[in-house]
Amino acid sequence: MDLFEYQARDMFEKHGVPVLAGATADTPEEAYEAARRIGEDSGGVTVVKAQVKTGGRGKAGGVKVAKSAEEARAAAEAILGMDIKGHTVHRVMIAQGARIAEEYYFSVLLDRANRSLLAMCSKEGGVEIEQLAVERPEALARVEVDANTGIDETKAREIVEQAGFDAETGEKIVPVLQKLWTVYRDEDATLVEVNPLVKTEEGQIVALDGKVTLDANADFRQPHHAELEDKGATDPLEAQAKELDLNYVKLDGNVGIIGNGAGLVMSTLDVVAYAGEEFTGGKARPANFLDIGGGASAEVMANGLHVILGDDQVRSVFVNVFGGITSCDAVANGIVKALEMLGDEETKPLVVRLDGNNVEEGRRILAEANHPLVTIEETMDGAARSAAELAAK
Amino acid sequence: MAIFLDDSSKVIVQGMTGSEGMKHTQRMLASGTQVVGGVNPRKAGTEVEFQGGATVPVFGSVAEAMEATGANVSVVFVPPKFAKDAVIEAVDAGMPLLVVITEGIAVRDTAEFWAYARDKGTTRIVGPNCPGLISPGMSNAGIIPADIAGPGRIGLVSKSGTLTYQMMYELRDIGFSTAVGIGGDPIIGTTHIDCLQAFQDDPETDAIVMIGEIGGDAEERAADYIKANVTKPVVGYVAGFTAPEGKTMGHAGAIVSGSSGTAQAKKEALEAAGVKVGKTPSETARLMREIVAGLD
Repeated sequence: MDLFEYQARDMFEKHGVPVLAGATADTPEEAYEAARRIGEDSGGVTVVKAQVKTGGRGKAGGVKVAKSAEEARAAAEAILGMDIKGHTVHRVMIAQGARIAEEYYFSVLLDRANRSLLAMCSKEGGVEIEQLAVERPEALARVEVDANTGIDETKAREIVEQAGFDAETGEKIVPVLQKLWTVYRDEDATLVEVNPLVKTEEGQIVALDGKVTLDANADFRQPHHAELEDKGATDPLEAQAKELDLNYVKLDGNVGIIGNGAGLVMSTLDVVAYAGEEFTGGKARPANFLDIGGGASAEVMANGLHVILGDDQVRSVFVNVFGGITSCDAVANGIVKALEMLGDEETKPLVVRLDGNNVEEGRRILAEANHPLVTIEETMDGAARSAAELAAK
Repeated sequence: MAIFLDDSSKVIVQGMTGSEGMKHTQRMLASGTQVVGGVNPRKAGTEVEFQGGATVPVFGSVAEAMEATGANVSVVFVPPKFAKDAVIEAVDAGMPLLVVITEGIAVRDTAEFWAYARDKGTTRIVGPNCPGLISPGMSNAGIIPADIAGPGRIGLVSKSGTLTYQMMYELRDIGFSTAVGIGGDPIIGTTHIDCLQAFQDDPETDAIVMIGEIGGDAEERAADYIKANVTKPVVGYVAGFTAPEGKTMGHAGAIVSGSSGTAQAKKEALEAAGVKVGKTPSETARLMREIVAGLD
């Protein structure tokens, strides 16, 4: 899960990372009140920032400096409701204004390629860091971080030295990096990024903007992370699927897809997209990703179908199951029972492809049930074509 | 012969007495795997009876189990919360091969146990979040159904469990030396490259199927490795061409961020290394069939 900037700011503060005063506002009036409070220590100056989980806010006009609470209200008025790369702004953060002397960059993240962690640091922050990494890689220090020892004082020194900071600034940054490591480790993050990390004219190091990604697998020891979820942004079908404990992602097509195993389902989306291109001129496309896992019991199958049938865009459903751990006869019984459970709710054509252990018996069970909306196909490619054609009708 | 796992493999199961552990230990035994013990400190000294007459002793620790049975493989089924401790215990005991089936382990825990195992240098970890590996007719360490395909000359390495099963099923008449499900998590112990290297060195593997999916750059790295080091024919498949950016598709590792990690980039890298890449699983199986027909 990616956090909003204000959530990252609060998390930084909790772990002792220096940040500026900040508050959120959902209306221009709230922004005015917040700016009055927060601007007190900065000569009335605040920055009004759109809270969206995407980059390029500044360029899109989503960040405005306000010299007074009135200006903050006007800025919030302009920013709230704005569309930034497909994200509507529902909330702004009012941050204290700061006199920035220099802008730096720091991040610590999971490094999949090296199966380790990586810290990146640059004296040149505030810019598009991807661009810097490509154009002038020498300006971005990359230091491997051992997961077990983390960023201790020695490692933090190594990072600031490689980034080329002068001794005085480096000494000020070292403890900040250690605290950012605490955020990474103690919050089970997979990314902590500060851009920019600034030095103020008063010589203080402050994390001005932060990005944090949290690992959902660690929720068992991070119960407070549930509160950080952006419930408003979740697709209602995705929310429903989550409640049913299903692994579902809503997409923008018309062929509903159910399968077992993440890899097989991803592959099914591809095969349906190809069939849609080839046989329907692009009219049929996958409507969702839904992995019902290895078991494929009647109840899970019924839940899965229930979610997919709730998607108005869906015109046909492709059930693609490989019977491995659960053999095909059990899967077929599951499908038959699921259709019984759904009853009249099932109104859309269903294409079933079963393969694997005991497949003949599985197909026999489905054929015998003779459900009017069910078509049985022998191959994945054939089933994809059939589902695509039904959806494009 | 085979890679990593053969008929001399003696397997213990960490978490054998849980429901998943029991179910799959039963299946491993049924496929002829030498399962010599289970580990559970609270049930140490007891025995578990399985269908078919096998009785498997339960030990208090991995070290005790190894001492008593000469086990050289451990399969881990313990729940995600306790997986890190289970792995570290096995690494400390010097277990040569550790297969971590558990799904949903916090990535911090995996990063920590992987760094620990790497520093010790005595344990190969497969997984986590993987189906394990099978050398058909010899041994089965994990949850890959043993009745899909028999022994043969193809080596298979895959991030995905069900695509492993699907591919084994499509090529069941040719058969497999070893099939390894390496898992779809962001950090895994054994990579495509480790398996490619082992298959290249295995005299009984004649051709290799490599299945990848979106996310990370493991497939691109594997492509570089193949170009430089693999002389046996390799056929590839990559899942996730139509996956949208920024959405996690089931596997924690399967996420496209920006322009990196796309299926198209992986396919192109593999093709540039001389790997034939199928558009669908069936086409991939056809490509392999053609290659095998042209061998000898």
